[in-house]
Amino acid sequence: MTTGDTVIRETGDDMLLPELVAHLRENRTELRQEWAARNTDARLLSAMTNQEIFSEATSVYDNYVEVLETGNVEALQHYARDLSERIIPRGVETNEVVGIVLLLRDVLARSLFEKYHRDFPLLNRILDAYEPAANRIANTVAVSFVEERERVIRQQQDALRELSTPVLQVRERLLILPIIGILDTQRAQQLTEQLLRGIRTHRAKVVVVDITGVPEIDETVANHLVETVDASRLMGAGVIVTGLSAEIAQTLVTIGVDLSKLSTVGDLQGGIEEAERVLGFKVIRSGDAET
Amino acid sequence: MPKPENPAFHQPPPVSILRQGGYLIASIHTALDDTQLQRFQHDLIDQVGRYRVKGIIIDVAALDIVDSYATHTLRNLARMAGLRGASTVIVGINPDVAYTMVRLGLNLNTVHTALDLDEGLAVLNKATGDDRSRRGLTQRGQTTAR
Repeated sequence: MTTGDTVIRETGDDMLLPELVAHLRENRTELRQEWAARNTDARLLSAMTNQEIFSEATSVYDNYVEVLETGNVEALQHYARDLSERIIPRGVETNEVVGIVLLLRDVLARSLFEKYHRDFPLLNRILDAYEPAANRIANTVAVSFVEERERVIRQQQDALRELSTPVLQVRERLLILPIIGILDTQRAQQLTEQLLRGIRTHRAKVVVVDITGVPEIDETVANHLVETVDASRLMGAGVIVTGLSAEIAQTLVTIGVDLSKLSTVGDLQGGIEEAERVLGFKVIRSGDAET
Repeated sequence: MPKPENPAFHQPPPVSILRQGGYLIASIHTALDDTQLQRFQHDLIDQVGRYRVKGIIIDVAALDIVDSYATHTLRNLARMAGLRGASTVIVGINPDVAYTMVRLGLNLNTVHTALDLDEGLAVLNKATGDDRSRRGLTQRGQTTAR
């Protein structure tokens, strides 16, 4: 047994972490390489090149050791968020991030076993100091990653919401409302609001709501659509719904939404033609009119 | 059913009923309580007979709220007016009011609705105009009338 070990044993538990940190700093190159290799073996971060993995691994490693040393996770949090921001667009998944942090924890623990395996009580105490800190780090990284992801998702949702459903006038007193993308309750509500205001500002008599771009619809949204039609009627405008896909038609009939009040036409063209008929427009090809 | 003790009675009427051609145009200026609604309904139906009107337009553009009793009254009013030979059009329902009514499950399905007074007049002209042409055709003894 070396003298160094004896010194540790005699000092208090609060000296264990610095000893640990010194060990990790000393073996930085090997441990880091070992870790990167195990990441590659486990096929984690397949979206990144080996070089990138190695350089990120270095930063993570240094941050990791620093947190062990100072017990302050703020810097790591910041780094993890920053890292997430960089790797999320490349399709890195949560399990990969959690996986690599856990791998690092394992690699470091292994090295501790190796170093202290001759002195079991000391190893125990070292692990007692190491494990909570390591778990906290793993936790921090995982939470930061998920938070960052949620932030991205929220941002995208906001962006989608801002791509507001346009209300367009095609002819005098005829509006069209093309809807693209999933209709959730919130979006459906926004749509209703815009439609009703649109009816008033454009003095619309007929509105064609085209849902060709809507992949699916649930009962709540379907009922909302019916309500919108009712509300439009109260304002004196008729609504024609066009472009119901086969899936949506099946869903609506299966869940038994009362569609008796809904007038539907196959496609947008048919809807506009029907609306023109209601409004008394007649479209004539200019060549035909002259002859 | 005037009630002198009701302070609203002394104020300017919350509803004005104007005669325009063969139509009655009733504008509701403020929210009506149940008594006022009853009185409004009574007055309007009374005038339908007195002036032999063919159509009624009720303008509710000034209302922020149309509750279930008001909806019920409007529906009944349209039915009564129909019995006395006049069609009814409700005009000027606000977007918010329209949506709230639908959310509350209130419907005016049996009543004509239109965007504003202009539209309401157009609806009435169409409804009564059809009547007139049909009458004209039968008077001339044509059999092709449909």
